[in-house]
Amino acid sequence: MSVPVPLDPPRRLVELEVDGRPVRVPEGSTILEACRSEGIETPTLCFLDTLTPVNVCRVCVVEVEGSRVLAPACSRRVEPGMKVRTDSDRVRTSRRMVLELLASSVDLSLASPDVGRWMRDYGAEPERYGPPAPAAEAGERDARRAGHHEEPVDGLAATVAQPVKVDNELYVRDYSRCILCYKCVEACGVEAQNTFAIAVAGRGFDARISTEFAVPLTESACVYCGNCIGVCPTGALMFKSEHDLRRQGNWDESRQRVVETICPYCGVGCHVELHVQDDEIVKVTSPLDHDITSGHLCIKGRFGYQFTQRRAPVGASPDPGGPPEHAG
Amino acid sequence: MVGLATVFGAGGGTSSYEEVENTDLVILWGSNARETHPIFFHHLLKGVRNGARLYVVDPRRTTSAQWADVWLGLDVGSDIALANAVAREIIHAGLHNTTFIDRATVGFEEYAASVERWTLEQGERVTGVPAEAIRDLAHAYARADRAILCWTLGITEHHNAVDNVLALINLGLLTGHVGRYGSGLSPLRGQNNVQGGGDMGAIPNKLPGFQDVVTDEDARRRFEAAWDCEIPDRYGWHVSAMFDAMERGELRALYVIGENPARSEADGGRATRLLQGLDCLIVQDIFLTQTGELADVVLPAAAAGAESEGTVTNSERRVQRVRRALDPPGNARDDIWILAQLARRLGRDWGEVTPRDAWDELRSLSPMHRGMSYERLEAMGGIQWPCPDEADPGTKFLHARLWEEDPERRGRPAPVSVVEFEPPVEELTPEFPIRLTTGRRLDAYNTGVQTELYASPLRRREALCLSPEDAERLGVSDGEVVRIASRRASLEAPVRIDRTLRPGLAFLSLHQPDEVQTNLLTIDATDPKSGTAEFKATAIRVERLAQVPVGGR
Amino acid sequence: MDLHPIDAEPTAGEREAVDLVLGPPESGWRGGEWRPEVDGHVAFGGRAERERRHLLLPALQALQERAGWITRGGLGYVCRRLAVPPAEAYGVASFYGLLSTEPRPPRVAHVCDDLACRTAGALELAAELERLVGPEGATESGSAWLRSPCLGRCERAPAALFEQSGADSYQWSVAPVTAEQVRAILAGEPWEGPAPSDGAPQTEDLGARAGLRLLRRVGLVDPGSLDDYRANGGYAALRRAVELGPEGVIREVKDSGLLGRGGAAFPTGVKWEAVARQPVRPHYVVCNADESEPGTFKDRVILENDPFSVVEALTIAGFATGAERGFVYLRGEYPLAHRRLVRAIEAAGARGFLGEDVMGEGFRFDIEVRRGAGAYIAGEETALFNSIEGRRPEPRNKPPFPVTHGLFGKPTGINNVETLVNVLEILRIGGPAFAGIGTPESTGTRLFCVSGCVQRPGVYEVECGTRLRDLLGLAGGVRAGHELRAILLGGAAGAFVGPDALDLELSFEMARSAGVTLGSGVVMVFDETVDLGDVVLRIARFFRDESCGQCVPCRVGTVRQEEALHRLAAGREIGSREQELRLLSEIAQVMRDASICGLGQTAASAVQSALQRFQLFDGRSS
Repeated sequence: MSVPVPLDPPRRLVELEVDGRPVRVPEGSTILEACRSEGIETPTLCFLDTLTPVNVCRVCVVEVEGSRVLAPACSRRVEPGMKVRTDSDRVRTSRRMVLELLASSVDLSLASPDVGRWMRDYGAEPERYGPPAPAAEAGERDARRAGHHEEPVDGLAATVAQPVKVDNELYVRDYSRCILCYKCVEACGVEAQNTFAIAVAGRGFDARISTEFAVPLTESACVYCGNCIGVCPTGALMFKSEHDLRRQGNWDESRQRVVETICPYCGVGCHVELHVQDDEIVKVTSPLDHDITSGHLCIKGRFGYQFTQRRAPVGASPDPGGPPEHAG
Repeated sequence: MVGLATVFGAGGGTSSYEEVENTDLVILWGSNARETHPIFFHHLLKGVRNGARLYVVDPRRTTSAQWADVWLGLDVGSDIALANAVAREIIHAGLHNTTFIDRATVGFEEYAASVERWTLEQGERVTGVPAEAIRDLAHAYARADRAILCWTLGITEHHNAVDNVLALINLGLLTGHVGRYGSGLSPLRGQNNVQGGGDMGAIPNKLPGFQDVVTDEDARRRFEAAWDCEIPDRYGWHVSAMFDAMERGELRALYVIGENPARSEADGGRATRLLQGLDCLIVQDIFLTQTGELADVVLPAAAAGAESEGTVTNSERRVQRVRRALDPPGNARDDIWILAQLARRLGRDWGEVTPRDAWDELRSLSPMHRGMSYERLEAMGGIQWPCPDEADPGTKFLHARLWEEDPERRGRPAPVSVVEFEPPVEELTPEFPIRLTTGRRLDAYNTGVQTELYASPLRRREALCLSPEDAERLGVSDGEVVRIASRRASLEAPVRIDRTLRPGLAFLSLHQPDEVQTNLLTIDATDPKSGTAEFKATAIRVERLAQVPVGGR
Repeated sequence: MDLHPIDAEPTAGEREAVDLVLGPPESGWRGGEWRPEVDGHVAFGGRAERERRHLLLPALQALQERAGWITRGGLGYVCRRLAVPPAEAYGVASFYGLLSTEPRPPRVAHVCDDLACRTAGALELAAELERLVGPEGATESGSAWLRSPCLGRCERAPAALFEQSGADSYQWSVAPVTAEQVRAILAGEPWEGPAPSDGAPQTEDLGARAGLRLLRRVGLVDPGSLDDYRANGGYAALRRAVELGPEGVIREVKDSGLLGRGGAAFPTGVKWEAVARQPVRPHYVVCNADESEPGTFKDRVILENDPFSVVEALTIAGFATGAERGFVYLRGEYPLAHRRLVRAIEAAGARGFLGEDVMGEGFRFDIEVRRGAGAYIAGEETALFNSIEGRRPEPRNKPPFPVTHGLFGKPTGINNVETLVNVLEILRIGGPAFAGIGTPESTGTRLFCVSGCVQRPGVYEVECGTRLRDLLGLAGGVRAGHELRAILLGGAAGAFVGPDALDLELSFEMARSAGVTLGSGVVMVFDETVDLGDVVLRIARFFRDESCGQCVPCRVGTVRQEEALHRLAAGREIGSREQELRLLSEIAQVMRDASICGLGQTAASAVQSALQRFQLFDGRSS
């Protein structure tokens, strides 16, 4: 007794040229999608399939014939007859420079391994901007005034380095790693959670992700859904569990397996991925490509698993204040 | 589940989450989905961003209500009055869908007559909601091209739960907002597998697949043949009826799997007394719960979400695979293993039963699950029932048949039910002047046995939420400990001043029974049809203690 | 939306200031009087609330003016009134230079130290202020002075903008200003202001005045009098527009060959036609009066002296494009222009030149004024839309273009002040006649902002194609006894030329072929007394300060550009001078090619042109 379900109306195909090759993709596709359909790798940082492109990192730029400037592949829609070049000198220079400028100002050491590979492929040399300036004091970057900055001194290169923010038991925020891709703001905001605990504040190089008046998360609107962490590409936002394991030197992805199951709480039925290391859940994510969650969870789904490993042995009362009990 | 099953024959929400993104209007009635179903609320917000209007009906101005174009803050338990007033307004404005009513429903005339006295003014008098807002809701819902009506425990945790649900279903039938993409009636299930439990026959009147144990004799025979046993041709007891049977001494032994009735039942004092009086209490759970503490035998079980294999069904009828990520601790065992061992000791050797064996047996007996092989469930990320064969993609929304022109295909018409408003069992009196209602908070779940084990930065000490006006009248300040008394019990709890409450309305959660055992206060007046207790409406009195305030956090 | 409230209350004054902008609170839920019997049972909000987001910036400005800064209680109240999340509102407030999210004293002086003012002693003025008042930003005295980018008073440099917060808040600028005057004003002492001037020297000379088209009423009419405006030809163009009908107006504008004067030189008629043809409704028209390009002040001269012309021209734009609502986005540093424009709009509305039935001709049009708050980027058209919408003024990617997806995502015609005022002239003399003025490709006249080391700085109106030499001649040439060294054309986003360029014809086509831009009409003259290296460093600082920070090439590129220039200036090159120049040129390339908007795309152009044209930072010059 299945019934017809409205499907997306069929889309027309658009023909364009990418690096001299003819490509046909559905109308409304982006250049990035066209490149992917041809197997052309395009570096991306601020792009994520589940979020509306904000096209701010500019590492995906391509050359579109007839266009004065380069175009972001992630958000520019294809047009019939468009001629796109993804590997011209102009494109390579811009991509190299974007990677170089970022790497000279942000700690990219926990970004995906792709980033390191792109840096090598494009020949990025972040060192040539000079030695990095000392890290800012805690809170100093949060207080910078729009439109005013200190003059550069001693040939040092400004960076966003600053102390890690740890103000609760579930998240840490290490903005020395923040490339301002806006993904966390989007995920906290209109694209998923709609809590708006964080936004971009300040401007220019002093722009930063912030709560209102830079209050700690515990005084903000944050509901600890962890969706910002789920989308962060550089490890600037991290579960405290992972942060602590990393600090102890015990984080080891090669020893981890991922099991997909269903969240045990409310009746929505969110798909969760349990990351298990040494028979312990160390992180919970959700698949981006499942339409119930699109990668997003709530606080219970994200952190509520801890009962499985803090469960007291049967026969004793549960003791929430005591040390974690491990299985086995 | 009972209400939908009565009207449509199947106890499941009619719509998919996706449809909420693509509808024109959503009503959340007695649901604080923002906190209780956060990821469903994501879909709803996509709908709002796509232009859908949102109406929220709730005594409290919850975080969900704050998103609404209109919040209708009715008095606790006046849902039927509001629904009937909405219905009368729709009918009087000529906005009811006569084509749908003629074709797909029965009982409209009687229904229309029964709501006639529910003028907007009468609605306002009984519910407290301004007539203009009731009118606005009626017109918006009836005029919307597509509309989805969702509800949760705010509707069902009442002594007249099924009538409440029927009153809402009536509105869907009146306007034809059911059986089409983007139009539907969706109860959001409070627990991860409530829907699955119903699907599997863990309700007193149905075999797996919503096959009636009494009226569907064929089904019963099939199960008897498959299980090689005789199935009683009468309905069983729901939980509240069980407690009544304990009270009468008819029920002497109880086997509790994954429930904590000593804390979760209304009038917890009575529940504990009755559990203690049993000849035999067996508790199977992942924790030694307060109920387990009373048990003769405790069977430690594996946790469903992470330590065992199987399936669950969600609020959009999607059957989903659950997988094992961890070994259960100590001697804890999988539920199926425990049941099989029990069966063996009771004289039936089922051998090694795997979750998949159990599932395949179900598929052979429940037509609506037949097409859901494990392979398909995994490949498709879950399948929505009904799915009668392996070529079927599953069903996004139910009851499209009601729109068929051919009466044959249209099938049994849906009855529009006459439902009469009845106030909550406990009246407010000068002695108990405040209405206590209960609910959940975002970071916690049920009686908190699982959620208290993670360090939620949102968690605060459980407190009685009171309106600023009541707090002022009582002379209590935020954080001050007060005595709360109902007709059954009294206990102490700190106060939290909460602007989302109006004078005369108070709120407690059930999440931290070790701090505040809310269910000692609640009334166990239950709905005769569903067995749900009236957790949402208790009459209380709040008294000041002669003590210094303590911190609220 | 389920807002997390800020745990602080507004003062009565803050509440009053916000309510003046937003109206009284609609319910107890929005900060009004709590009525349990109503508010306890019903609340309205949702879409209706979210649609008032465009009042966020005006509400924040009201707070700033009342309390001197955006307090937590004040921000919290605005958020509750408009259902804006506090983090977003803070993100908006902390973007703008004229808003402060930290305590600021009630009286503040913004002292310009930008390019033109530097040629008039701004640095010496600042040094003296440090001596007289204390260091920049110090608040001990109950007042403070801050360095500011260009205040748009370059013809009377050096300039300062004063803000007095409180119940009787007021902003005013003083130019030229001395350190002693700044001190006196900050101390609340009486002071003598400079004599008023309209900023357009041609208007003082009867002979020159006859040839003026855009400035024809400047200095002649009372800017506060609608009748005076009408007595001098005002509203004849709107009358003519109504006769022609929307298509007729667009045809005239197309025939005139008018190109946009904001810098991009797009044909105005084509733009209007594209908006008019969009089936999506509503349409909007926006007047971009956020001229913040250092060295630009022409729009200010029109707005201060002939505000009705802008009102009339925007009304015509609305009529032609089918818009019933228009916005003027005026830069926050122009308090006098703001007062005069608001008064003009009120007067026009009172006399039926705006409103439900404009001139009794059956069409509706209204204008709202929005003030900027100290952000150069807000002059970029899509950033400007975001600013009006109550969001951070970050530019949007184009395409889509404003003609299809503009203000509030709807088809929008956006033009700057000078472009719009040209339309009055087109309708006065007809499109074909207008096309006969100037050069075939650059029709009409243009306003140039001549400043720096010239005898008579000011706004000059000349026919397109006039030679640079002749324009400088109108301004009396280089200061007596000095010699021309360099001219900055087009502002900070433009390019430097040398004395060899004096024969350049000031038209779009000749500028393009010479590899320069006329931009917003800046012609800033530097003689041999000016340290060009210092000017280049100031430009680099400007772009670093004004980058919105959204895209990587501009956010980091402007920093690295400034750092490299400082290394050159200090003689601490990494590697060689050539290496640094190569680095600068690669930074320039990625900013030009890969930035989202015009700011990043031009953030290196003046710097690069200076490095190429003059031997800077080599120890020999300056």
